[in-house]
Amino acid sequence: ITTRMNAVKRKILIMAGKGGVGKSSLASLLTLALAERGKKVGVLDTDLCGPSMAKLMGVSGMHVVNTQYGWKPVRHPVHDISSMGIDFLMDHPDAPVMWRGPRKTQLVRRFIKDTFWGRLDFLLIDTPPGTSDEHLAVVQSLKDARPDGAVLVATPQDVALTTVRKELTFCQRMGIKILGVVENMSGYACPCCDEITYIFRQGGAEALAQEHGLPFLGRIPIDPAMGACAEKGQCAFCECPSSVGVKAVSDVVDKLLHVLS
Amino acid sequence: IVLALLDMSRFEPPPKDCPGFETEQAGKASACAGCPNQTICSTAPKGPDPDLVDIAARMELVKNKILVLSGKGGVGKSTFSAQLSHAFAHSGAYVGLMDVDICGPSIPRMLGLEGEELFQSGSGWQPVSVLDNLSVMSIGFLLNSTDDAVIWRGPKKNQLIKTFLKDVDWGELDYLVIDTPPGTSDEHLSLASYLKDAGGIDGAVIITSPQEISLMDVRKEINFCKKMNIPVIGVVENMAGFVCPKCKKESQIFTPSTGGAEKMSQDMQVPFLGRIPLDPLIARACDEGKSYVADYPDSEATKQFKLVFEKITTSVRENKRVV
Repeated sequence: ITTRMNAVKRKILIMAGKGGVGKSSLASLLTLALAERGKKVGVLDTDLCGPSMAKLMGVSGMHVVNTQYGWKPVRHPVHDISSMGIDFLMDHPDAPVMWRGPRKTQLVRRFIKDTFWGRLDFLLIDTPPGTSDEHLAVVQSLKDARPDGAVLVATPQDVALTTVRKELTFCQRMGIKILGVVENMSGYACPCCDEITYIFRQGGAEALAQEHGLPFLGRIPIDPAMGACAEKGQCAFCECPSSVGVKAVSDVVDKLLHVLS
Repeated sequence: IVLALLDMSRFEPPPKDCPGFETEQAGKASACAGCPNQTICSTAPKGPDPDLVDIAARMELVKNKILVLSGKGGVGKSTFSAQLSHAFAHSGAYVGLMDVDICGPSIPRMLGLEGEELFQSGSGWQPVSVLDNLSVMSIGFLLNSTDDAVIWRGPKKNQLIKTFLKDVDWGELDYLVIDTPPGTSDEHLSLASYLKDAGGIDGAVIITSPQEISLMDVRKEINFCKKMNIPVIGVVENMAGFVCPKCKKESQIFTPSTGGAEKMSQDMQVPFLGRIPLDPLIARACDEGKSYVADYPDSEATKQFKLVFEKITTSVRENKRVV
């Protein structure tokens, strides 16, 4: 693991605690944004029960290839992005992965140990919601490789924030630096009249970041155009570069790179 | 170069030549070497699990056990479970709401029970009451602070679920609504196996949002139910459409690019229960621990929810008759 991870300059976890706040969406958008800026990026999907990365990266149905150097991750058709996850190892996308903790832990460890990433500028690791087997497996496997930190994603509601606080506690206990907090689904502009409604409330994640002295990386609004690209596995930066969501993600990337430097 | 395809049948427990979890050889046979469950099998007690008898005794008093599942996170399982429990209670039934999302327990907050503590009596742990006929159990009540993270692996989570089933004094219930975390893992497998000898699960309501990214996970969840013989009451499409408060026009925030939940339900041959739109007041009601359905009886979301509720109660009644 140490040998493999030495070839990766930056290792970033994307976490939330709460499901459905946009971890995987953000992980895929950050991956695309970094690739747009000429970086070599890898993305690892450790959500075994509900993997989304293959779909979001537009590489569904592809398989990894086993070589003498390890599992060769799937390449993005356009950008310099490699993807790895359980999707690329399965034949039937609708088959449920009914595994208990120990088996999940074993596979996540293998993902980190056996994937032949090669040299990367960034490795983004998408996680499932919660603070359980998969998260412990990632943290423990990367112990000696020292990840750069975690980006926490939250929606503005209190219910989501309560769970994000737990993720914060997890990171603190595991010694993972928090690179920043992103507030997702922050406001929706009605396409007819441009009236902005804060469906999931507003400002909660920024307040949480301030409360804990963490960098606030930005707010990303609900953007159906960006969402539609994700549904089709298209690169939002290529298809709708001027949409509000894409601009917001670019700002988040700028801030993240600033924090890392 | 070899295509590394995981043959799922090879990875589904148990491994080939597995002596069986419950046997004397469990964890000790040669086939066990390398199996990630080996330590658990070799150290676990053998023979029929006495706890299952206790669980069966408690569940004898529960007429209907309903699971609320998704597969995908953040589609509104807990929100729906809370509103469903309120609706059952409002109709006069005795309801228990069990929150088995151990890492992210949202139920206490949604029912205005944050900060409540649990008490033990001679007859077991007392669930926290919201109303005379609505009580709740969640790991949230066992934590000192809502910031406390529960960083448990599978086996410990399973143990807690067992405790919720065997040690909580639910009393006589018409409905036990069980809110689950996203996925198809320990929590779900354990619920199915602990309740197998206690009358099983009477039905599962599956929640999704309209997008394909959610439906992908929900198809797996439906297949999970089929594999575990859990009857599917039906699928609810949540966050379906948003009505702008200013211009009153409806827009689709979460685009159903592949036909949404209704088409998926048809393809998977499970009932489609209905569509509930997005309403910012639902988020607020959850944060404040209030019943959205009671506070906003005339809203579109409440109307749709009531239609879904009717279908659920009818289905549960009819299944009982068939059985």
